[in-house]
Amino acid sequence: MPILSLITFLPIVGVIFILSIDSKKQELIRITSLLVSIVVFFISLPLYFNFDSHAYEMQFVEKLPWIPSFGINYYVGIDGVSLFLILLTTFITPLSILASWHITKSIKEYMIAMLVLETGMIGVFISLDLFLFYVFWELMLIPMYLLIGIWGGPRRIYAAVKFFIYTMAGSVFMLLAIIALYFLNFRATGEYTFNLLEYYRLDISFAVQFWLFLAFALAFAIKVPMFPFHTWLPDAHVEAPTAGSVILAGVLLKMGTYGFVRFCLPLFPEASHAFIPVISWMAIVGIIYGALVSMVQEDLKKLVAYSSVSHLGFVMLGIFAFNIQGIEGGITQMINHGLSTGALFLIVGMLYERRHTRMIADFGGLTRQIPVFATFFMIVTLSSIGLPGLNGFVGEFLILVGVFKSRILYASLATSGIILAAVYMLWMFQRVMFHEITHEENKTLKDMNKREWAILLPIVLMIFWIGIYPNSFLRKMDASVNHLLKQVGNKANVASNVRVQNKPEQLQEDATPKIDIVTETKTEW
Amino acid sequence: MVNTTIMTFNILSILPILVLAGFGMIVLVTDIVSSRKFGDKNYLAYISLLGIIIAAIFSRSSVGTALFSFSESFAIDNYSLFFNFIFLLSTGLTILISHSYIKREEINHGEYYALLLFSTIGMMLMASGADLLNIYIGLEVMSISIYILTGFKRSKLISNEASLKYFLLGAFATGFLLYGISIVYGTTGAINLKQIACFIAGKGGSSDPLLLMGMGLIIIGLGFKVASVPFHAWVPDVYEGAPTAITAFMSVGPKAAGFAAFLRIFMTAFGSTHYEWQKIIFILAVLTMTIGNVVAIAQTNIKRMLAYSSIAHAGYLLIALVAANNMGVSGTLFYIMAYVFMNIGAFAVVIVLSQKGDEFIQINDYAGLGYKHPLLAIAMTLFMLSMAGIPPMAGFVGKFYIFSAAMKSGYVGLAVIGVINSVISVYYYLRITVIMYMKEPTRDFQPLTISPLIVAAIVISVIGTLQLGIFPSKVMEIAQHSILTLK
Repeated sequence: MPILSLITFLPIVGVIFILSIDSKKQELIRITSLLVSIVVFFISLPLYFNFDSHAYEMQFVEKLPWIPSFGINYYVGIDGVSLFLILLTTFITPLSILASWHITKSIKEYMIAMLVLETGMIGVFISLDLFLFYVFWELMLIPMYLLIGIWGGPRRIYAAVKFFIYTMAGSVFMLLAIIALYFLNFRATGEYTFNLLEYYRLDISFAVQFWLFLAFALAFAIKVPMFPFHTWLPDAHVEAPTAGSVILAGVLLKMGTYGFVRFCLPLFPEASHAFIPVISWMAIVGIIYGALVSMVQEDLKKLVAYSSVSHLGFVMLGIFAFNIQGIEGGITQMINHGLSTGALFLIVGMLYERRHTRMIADFGGLTRQIPVFATFFMIVTLSSIGLPGLNGFVGEFLILVGVFKSRILYASLATSGIILAAVYMLWMFQRVMFHEITHEENKTLKDMNKREWAILLPIVLMIFWIGIYPNSFLRKMDASVNHLLKQVGNKANVASNVRVQNKPEQLQEDATPKIDIVTETKTEW
Repeated sequence: MVNTTIMTFNILSILPILVLAGFGMIVLVTDIVSSRKFGDKNYLAYISLLGIIIAAIFSRSSVGTALFSFSESFAIDNYSLFFNFIFLLSTGLTILISHSYIKREEINHGEYYALLLFSTIGMMLMASGADLLNIYIGLEVMSISIYILTGFKRSKLISNEASLKYFLLGAFATGFLLYGISIVYGTTGAINLKQIACFIAGKGGSSDPLLLMGMGLIIIGLGFKVASVPFHAWVPDVYEGAPTAITAFMSVGPKAAGFAAFLRIFMTAFGSTHYEWQKIIFILAVLTMTIGNVVAIAQTNIKRMLAYSSIAHAGYLLIALVAANNMGVSGTLFYIMAYVFMNIGAFAVVIVLSQKGDEFIQINDYAGLGYKHPLLAIAMTLFMLSMAGIPPMAGFVGKFYIFSAAMKSGYVGLAVIGVINSVISVYYYLRITVIMYMKEPTRDFQPLTISPLIVAAIVISVIGTLQLGIFPSKVMEIAQHSILTLK
C-alpha cells in the first residue's frame, strides 16, 4: 500500500470534500476536517511499526515519472531521520484542528488551509526528488501565510508578509543551487535527474560545495530560524492563531533543521565541516540570546516564541557535532521541541481563550482556580526545561554529550542555555500560576474541558514516553544516522579539524577529479 | 516525421491566416448588413471564435511538417505552429473577456472583433516569417490593428491619448527595425534568415561593425514591442488608457509575437555570433526585470501594476534569450504559454470587478473581495501566485525552466538576479491577496454582471495555470519538439 502518498494526499481529498459542504454548516466542517486528520494519523502509524530499523536505505519508496523531459520523478521514501518528523506532523495536525474549534471566521477556508498545510509538510519530509521537495517546500508557505494573515492578531498582515518574503528570499537561492546540482550531476554521470540519492554520490570540489552549501544553508537557517535570521519568528508566532503557532513551532521550524541533516551534510560534507565554527557560534548565540530575550518578555506567546530560537540553537549545535549522539540528540530534540513548544502554545491559547490576554502580569495564582490545567502546564514547562524523566532531557543530554566529544568550549557555553531556560520558564510559571490572585477576572476561570483534555493528554503521554523509554525512538534512527555519518566522514576532508570518532577509518582523501560548475557546456539538451 | 519540401508557392501553408482574414471580413460585412435588424451583436463574437477554432484546426493539421514556401520567406514549422496556438489562444480568450466588456463600455462595434483577428494574422506572420521583410510586415499588420484598438473608446480622452502615444512611439520603433533590416541587408546582401546565417558563417562569424549596428537596431525595434527597458516608457500609459480587454490582449499577444521574431532572428540568422549580442541582451534583461519589478511595487492602479509586471516578465524571457540554448528557447515557449493563461486570467478578473467607465480599478478597491466573491478571489490569488512563481502554479515551472537554461549556459549571476527579482515581485503580487483577504471592504460590491463567456475565460485560465504547473510534461515536450527547425 502506498502509505506515503496516501497520507500526503488524503488531506487534499478532504479539502475537496469540505469544498462541497455549505459554509454555514460550521460544525460539520470542523468534524470532517478533524476526522480526515485523524484518519491520516492512523494511516501513518504503520510507518513506525513496519519500519526496518536495521536498514539505512529509504523505505516505503514510491517512484513515478512526473516530468520525464527534465528527469523529474515523483520519488518519495523515508528513513530514520524523516520517520518521526512525519509522525510528528500527523500527530500535531489533528490536535491543532481540535484547538481551532472556537474559530468562526470563514471556518471553511481555515480548515482547507490547515489540510493543505498538512499535505505540504508531509511532502517536504518524504521527497527524495529535489524538484518535488522544492514544490512542497513552497506550497506549504501559502496556507501558513493565509493562516497568519487572515486569522491572526492585530499586526497579522505585517507578520504574514514578513514570513512569506523571508522564507521565499531564502529558498530561491536554494532553487538555484538545486539547478546547479542538476547540471553538476549531468556532467558527472550524463544523466538528467533530480534524484537526491544520486546526488549523494557526486564528488564536488570544495569551492563549489562552499557556495552550494551557503545557498541551501540560507534557506534552512531562515526556516530554523538561526540567529540572526530569526526576526520573522516572533512576529509570526505572536500574530498567528493558536493552531498556526503550534504548527509553525511544531513542524515548520523542523524543516530547517531537517534540511541541514538531509541535504547540507551529506551533499556538501567538506563544506559542512568547514562551516562548523560558523554554524556552531550562530547556534550558541541563538541559544543564549533567545533565552535572555525570553526572560524579559511580558507576553506569554512572545516568551515561548523566543524560547524556540534558543531550543533550535541546541538542535543545530547537536547536528553540527557530527557524531551519533549529537545528531540523534538533534533529531530527538526536534520532536521534543515540537511536542513541548506545541503544547506551550496550546496552553497559552487556552489561557487566551479564557481571559483574552496573554500578558503575564494579568495572571497570577491560577493554580487554585484551575488545578488540572496547572498540572498539565507544569509538566509541559518541565519538559521544555529538560527535567530528567521527561522528553526534553533526553534530547538535550544527547546533544551535550555529542558536543562535549567534539568541542568542549561550545558545550560549556550551550549548557548555560539550559540554566537560563530553567530561569525564564520557571519564573514565568511562578508569575502566572502561583502567588495570590491579583485580578478579579481570574477567580471565575473554568478548568479544562473535555476538548482540552483531548488536546493535551496525548502530548503529555508522548512527553513521558520519550522521557522514560527513548530507545523506542532512538533505535529506529541508529542505522540512518550511522549511514549519514559515514557519508559525511567518507567524503570529508581529513584536514578538517573535527574528530568524527565513530568511524575514523572512513576518513580518506578521495582522488577522483573534481568538477567545476561555471563552465560552458558542450552538450546540447 | 519531418519532411522538408521546398515550393515557391504553397497556398495550404497560409491556410490559417487566410481563414482568419476571411472571418475578419465576414465580421465586418455581417456587422454592416445586419446592424439595423439586431441591436445585440453577440453573434459577432461567436463568428470570430469560430474563425479562431477553424484556424486552430488547420494549424493542428500541419504539425510535424517543415515547410518553407513563398521563395522560402514563409515558414510552417512546429515553431511557428506552437506560436500560432499561443496567438489563437490569447485572441480567443480576449474575445471571451471582451464580449460583455465592450457592451458595458458601449464600444460594441463589429470592427473590434475584425481588428483582433487582423492583428492575430500579423502575429502569425511574424512567427512564420523566415525573412526579415515578412517579419516586418507581420509586425506592422499586428501593430496597426492594435493602435486602433487602443483608442477604441473614442469618447474617452485617456484612450485617445494612449492610442496616439502608442502609435507615435511605435512608428519610431518600427522605423528603427526597418533601418536595422536595411543595414543587415546592405551588409549581408540577404533578407532571408538562413542566407544571412550562411553569409555570417562564410565570414567565420564576423564582427562587422555595420552588421552589429543592424542587429542593435533590430533589438531596439523588437525590444519596443516586447516592452523591454529602456524601450518601455509607453507601456504604463498605454496599458492604463486602452480598453481593459485590449490591455489584456496587448500584454500577451504582441509580446509573444515579439519574442517569436526575436528568437527566430537571433537563433537562426545571428546564432553563430551569439557572443556579440548576448552582452546587450544581458543588460536589457537585468534592466527590464529590475525596473519592472521595482516600479510595480509603487503602483496603486491595478492596470498599471500589471503593466509593470508585464515588463518584468519580458525581462525573465530575455534571460532565456541570453542563455541562447535549446533549453532557453523551449523554456520561452513554455513560459509564454503559461503567461497567456495567468495574465489574461488576471485581466478577466479585473474586468469582472470594474464598473462602467473603468471604475474600481484601484488596488484598494479589492479590499474584502475574498469574502464577497470567494471564487473570483481564489482565481485571482492563483494568477498572482503563478506570476510570482510559487509552485504548484504554471509560472513557477516557467521560471524554473528559464533559470535552468541560464545556469546551463553558465550565467549564474543572471539567474541570481532573476531570482532576487522574483522575490521582489512576490511583494506586490502578494499585496493583492493581502488586500483581498486581510482588509475590510471599503466599498459596496455591486451585484456583478457576469456573462458566461467571461466565466469560461477565467475557468480556462485557472485550468491552464494549474495544468501547466502540476502536469507540465506534455506541453514541455511539445515545446522541445517545436524548436528543432530554428537552427
